[in-house]
Order: sequence, then structure tokens, then C-alpha cells
Amino acid sequence: MTSLIMIVISTALINNVVLNQFLGICSFLGVSRQIKTSASLGGAVIFVITISSAVASLLYDFVLAPLNLTYLKTIVFILVIAALVQLVEMFLKKTSRAVYQALGIYLPLITTNCAVLGVALTNVQNGYNLLESVLAGFGTAVGYTVAIVLLAGIRERIDEDAIPAPLRGAPIVLLCAVLMAIAFMGFGGLS
Amino acid sequence: MKPCMERIYNGILKENPALVLMLGMCPTLAVTTSAVNGFGMGVSTLAVLVVSNLVISLLRKVIPDEVRLPAYIVIVASLVTVVELLTEAYVPALYSALGIYIPLIVVNCIILGRAEAFASKNPPMLSAMDGVGMGLGFTIALTVIGLVRELLGAGTAFGIEVMPESYAPIAIFIKAPGAFLVLMIIIMIMNAAHISTRANKVTEGCDGCCAACAKSCDTEEGEN
Repeated sequence: MTSLIMIVISTALINNVVLNQFLGICSFLGVSRQIKTSASLGGAVIFVITISSAVASLLYDFVLAPLNLTYLKTIVFILVIAALVQLVEMFLKKTSRAVYQALGIYLPLITTNCAVLGVALTNVQNGYNLLESVLAGFGTAVGYTVAIVLLAGIRERIDEDAIPAPLRGAPIVLLCAVLMAIAFMGFGGLS
Repeated sequence: MKPCMERIYNGILKENPALVLMLGMCPTLAVTTSAVNGFGMGVSTLAVLVVSNLVISLLRKVIPDEVRLPAYIVIVASLVTVVELLTEAYVPALYSALGIYIPLIVVNCIILGRAEAFASKNPPMLSAMDGVGMGLGFTIALTVIGLVRELLGAGTAFGIEVMPESYAPIAIFIKAPGAFLVLMIIIMIMNAAHISTRANKVTEGCDGCCAACAKSCDTEEGEN
């Protein structure tokens, strides 16, 4: 039990996927202008990563490993993730309009978010079983959401400020990320 | 200038993928803890990029337009697996240093972005040269960032002690925040020198989606 809770805390905070593992940087820097949109993207990411870690774990344990095809994992995982995102999108469109309208436009963008493939591959590398994989996926996605929402909050605050010319655009966002990464290093004490 | 040489010049300077187009940020930040790691990552990406551009360009008239992205992903994923197995067999030290970031070359925006924006519309030879140019540009950027971080964070360059003995390494440069910091400083200097990058006209549309990246690169080239 403790080890399961530790997996969630460690993936969400100690080894934060964005600030420590550098996965999903593109969307972290690109879609962090407003808290509302970042939170929606975060929701979509939690949804997709949790499901895809479960599917990837099952596929690896019950199809790839017994057939000695583990070297195909990269190809299989990326295709499964792409197909899964499409399926989730269609399913939401048919069943829940409200959720679809909140998350729908972000779903296609998630296919190429390297965090999704990164989690699936890390789970396999760590030899996690189904439950551990799902928890690790969930924790990672929560960590991503926390990081991107926090950054969006900072960016909303500094939006109107007079920023020195060379720092305008990406550098000021990266500077915020530097300070956040230093703050998140403090979570290292939890392990 | 011959068109092939022009592609190489374009990749290294005019459209440097890491520093000007701001693509492939994940490996740029993650593996540049030392110059050697940055160089290794750059060369692995270069190898995948050249072959994927060549193959996609050769198949550009065969692949139907509607399924082109899945087709590109399968081609790139196969090539990445080849590179992964080769690194594991012949350069095991690099393989363990880069770890999960080798298979993650699949989702590197540079590769799908170039496939979509260049290789799908141009003849094989020119596409391969475009891959060489872009790959070299990426390798140089990663090696430079890695060198700066290694020099300040560990006092070495390519593993050789270069700083005077009295120099106390600033360890944060080889930890996570140092990656953001070095990239920030490099872009800041480029901004101050008025070198135009995507970073100073970042748009809300491009957010890790390769197709979106390729499209925005296209429109930018169209405007210029």
C-alpha cells in the first residue's frame, strides 16, 4: 500500500514530468497563457495518460512479452496511443457532449505529447504491473497538470508587466520555469 | 549556391531546429547534462532524420494523403527502433546515459515536422540533404548547450578537466533548473542581438502538435 502511494507522490511531485523529466515541454511552454485552457488541457492529459498506461501495460504483459516481441514496443505503443486518442474522442463525442466540449479540441494534440509515450515506456522499464502502471500514469499526469496550471497562473500575473525587451517571449517563460524547477527540487526530500 | 548546400546552411543557421524553430525541446533540455550526451543525442536524431526524410520522400507519391501521418509515424518508429538497438549494441554507455530519450525520438517534432513540411514535397536527394542540415543544426545546438552546462556545472569539457582547480562547480547547471536557465540565456542573447526566432513570435496554435508545427513553419516561410 505504502509503495503504491509512494509511486503517485514520486511521479507527481518528486520526479515531476515537466520540471524534472522534461517531457511535454512544447505544450508546457505553448498552452500556458491562461489558467482555464491549461486546466482543460491538464484534464485531457490525465484522462489519456491514465487510459493509455493501462492499455500499454496490458499489451506489453499479455501480447509483446509472451511473443518475445518486446523490441517492437516503441512502434506498438505510439500506434496504440494514436488510435486510443481517436477512440476516446469519438466516444466522448457520442456519450458526453459537455466533457467533449471542454477537452475535445485538446485530444488530437496529445498524440504527439511525448509525456504519453514517455510514461508507457518508463512503466515497462520499471517492470510495473497493471495497477502500478495506472497509478504511475495518473500521478505523472497530475504532476503535469499541477506544473502547467501553476505556470499559467504566473504568466497571467506578469502579462501586463513591463518586461525588459530581450526577455520578452520565450525567455521570461523559461525564467519562470527555472524558478519553478528549483522549487520542485525541494520535493526531493520526500523520497 | 547549389540547392543541396543551401539546405545544409539553412538547417545549421537560418532555421536551426532547436534554437530558431524551437522544435524538439524535450531532448534539448533533458539530455544536455554533458557535451558528450548532447552530441550523442544529436547524432542519433541526425541518423533517424536523414533516413526518414529519404524514405518518406521516396514514398511520397505512394502514401495516400489521408493516412500520411500514421504512415510517417510507423516509418519513423521503425527507424528509431533500429537506432535504439544499434546504440544498445555498440555504444552501451551512451545508451544508458540517454535512456528513455532514445525511443522518444519518435515524438520529436523536428522529424515529423520535416517529413510534413519538406520531405513530402521534395525529391529524395534534396530531402536527405535537408535531413543532414537539420540534424547537424540540432547536433551543434545540443553540443553547445551541453558544453555550457558541463563547463559551469562540473568544470569539465567532453569529460576533460579544463577549469582551474580553484573553480567550484555550480552544480545546479547540470540539474533540472540549469537546463531551463541555459536555454533562457541563449534565447535572451539571440533576442538582444535581434536574431529572429520563433521564440519571439510564439503563437498559441503550436503546442507539441507536429502537424501544427509543420503548418506554422509553412506559413512563416510563405510570408517571408
